[in-house]
Amino acid sequence: MIATELDTLAGDLRAMARIRAFEERVARYFREGQIPGFVHVSIGQEAIAAGVCGVLTEDDKITTTHRGHGHCLAKGADAGAMMAELFGRATGTCRGRGGSMHIADPRIGILGANGIVAAGLPLAVGAGLAALRQGTGAVAVAFAGEGTVHSGAFHEAIALAVLWRAPVIFVIENNRFSEFTDSDALWRGAPLIERAKAYGLTSAERIDGNDVIAVRASAAAAAAACRAGEGPVLIEAMTYRIHGHYEGDAVGYRDAEEFAAAQQRDPLLRSAATLEAADRAGDAQAALDDAATEMDAAVAFGLDAPYPDPATVLEDIYA
Amino acid sequence: MPSATARPRKYIHAVRETLAEEMEADADVVVIGIDVAAGSVYGATKGLAERFGPERVMDTPIAEAGVVGAAVGAAMAGLRPVVEVMYMDFISVCLDPIVNQAAKLRYMTGGGVRIPLVIRTQTGGGRSSGAQHSQSLEGMLAHVPGLKVFLPSDPRDVADLLRAAIRDDGPVVFVENRRLYNSPTPDGPWETLPPGRARIVAPGDDVTVIAWGRMVGDALAACQDERLAGVGVEVIDLRTLVPLDLETLLASVRRTGRALVVHEAVEGFGPGAEIAMRLTEELLYEIEGPIRRLGALQAPIPYSPPLEEAVLPGPASIAGAVRALLDD
Repeated sequence: MIATELDTLAGDLRAMARIRAFEERVARYFREGQIPGFVHVSIGQEAIAAGVCGVLTEDDKITTTHRGHGHCLAKGADAGAMMAELFGRATGTCRGRGGSMHIADPRIGILGANGIVAAGLPLAVGAGLAALRQGTGAVAVAFAGEGTVHSGAFHEAIALAVLWRAPVIFVIENNRFSEFTDSDALWRGAPLIERAKAYGLTSAERIDGNDVIAVRASAAAAAAACRAGEGPVLIEAMTYRIHGHYEGDAVGYRDAEEFAAAQQRDPLLRSAATLEAADRAGDAQAALDDAATEMDAAVAFGLDAPYPDPATVLEDIYA
Repeated sequence: MPSATARPRKYIHAVRETLAEEMEADADVVVIGIDVAAGSVYGATKGLAERFGPERVMDTPIAEAGVVGAAVGAAMAGLRPVVEVMYMDFISVCLDPIVNQAAKLRYMTGGGVRIPLVIRTQTGGGRSSGAQHSQSLEGMLAHVPGLKVFLPSDPRDVADLLRAAIRDDGPVVFVENRRLYNSPTPDGPWETLPPGRARIVAPGDDVTVIAWGRMVGDALAACQDERLAGVGVEVIDLRTLVPLDLETLLASVRRTGRALVVHEAVEGFGPGAEIAMRLTEELLYEIEGPIRRLGALQAPIPYSPPLEEAVLPGPASIAGAVRALLDD
């Protein structure tokens, strides 16, 4: 690898390390009862968020899922404000109205995590349509899990995106599980990328979602195609959900051998190993250390932040 | 060329001309829906595709959930979509983007996003359209925090309220009544009112009848019933269910002491119950008797004309209900 490629990889590792450090703290503070509700973390899936968002600009839009912290961080959301949101505080990204499952920052193109499976896909198609009509050159990315692809909204969103040639990248993170169920057990018929091609997408490819170099390359090609008016595009990124569906899930359905093998494919370890082999071990360590420092500060900011004033509870319902 | 001040000939023309005016005024206004380029099923969008092109008058597949979802996303990203849901019944196949997305995203983002979206739809029983093409579901929509619900009865209000809906930065469900599409614009002076202001369409001192959509005309017709000879019936056109003009209703009922809420939606758990209760909470010791409701019977809307007539309110049943109020 040449130096600039290693620089890019080091940058992507920083992005992944930030997500990992954020999610580890979310899991911990949830366990300790300081984060209310329920949370879904993306540990093990960081390369997809980092690689895809790494090729986006602030004008580009993303929609994501209940497992969306990583996408928001990689797209530029402030970690302290996100942590404050999870703690339910007034200075949170959504002023404490959204929480983990609805975290969003529309000002920087994050149209939000979503508590409804597949709901973000049509939203992203609409954002792509707006980019087309307004000639902004922006693209929209819909992050979704493989559990999404049997829903009507998935079908309708892809059909509309193809019809409108909307600049939309459908990023399907295949993390093996639809909530508590083996996704393969819910599948008959052609693989996803075959289905996707049948809709008329210009490109649909399955990639190793734990290889951030591959993710970035695929996303860069997808974004370029969309910006050139050749969208929409689908990427199926194969990964593995290291934690349960939600924090507290005992994961009794998970195969121990498969899990152990998946841990060996950890996207952070792989990137760090590549950097070490190129004599850039210092970059890898700095990425992890800086992420830990940043996320400790984010937690402190979140815990110090005030709760919202109940007198404001009826604000921002109607325009 | 229509203008903002021109008087539309009919209700349907008011829809069409207001859409054209707003598209003319703002390039971000786009019309999206099934058959909209062809003019849509009742002609509400006729001529728009020719004038503004297929990029702003967009035909879609019959996929309401995807289409309305995309319209929500487009609104979040800067457009001002007016999406048509052909029949109000079909709202039920796209409830997620309306109820969970459009209504809540502004709130869930702490006010971080605008959703300038209009969902135009139409309803109207009494045409043997059957149980899946005749429902009035406004109560269900008004129940959801974040959604505004406009239901004009007068062609001039169609223009005023549709313009306001398109310019609103939040989601509005705009409910037209297909049995009013051919109704002409009445003569007489006109005062443009904002959403959230009810209109007194007939003054009276003995009893207040609160209605919207097609029931406004039926309430006015009921005033001619011989059972109500000499009775001062005040008929109020609510115009918008959300926001609700409780102030005008309270002032009227405080004066008349009696009120009936009339709607095409089924009576049980319906919008009339909410309005009657809101009035009762304020006026319990000032009124002559209970505030009553008259809605459709708690039944799917039947096909056969005599059955459908038995289910829906009309001038005769309104007059009977008003008489009963007076005789209480």
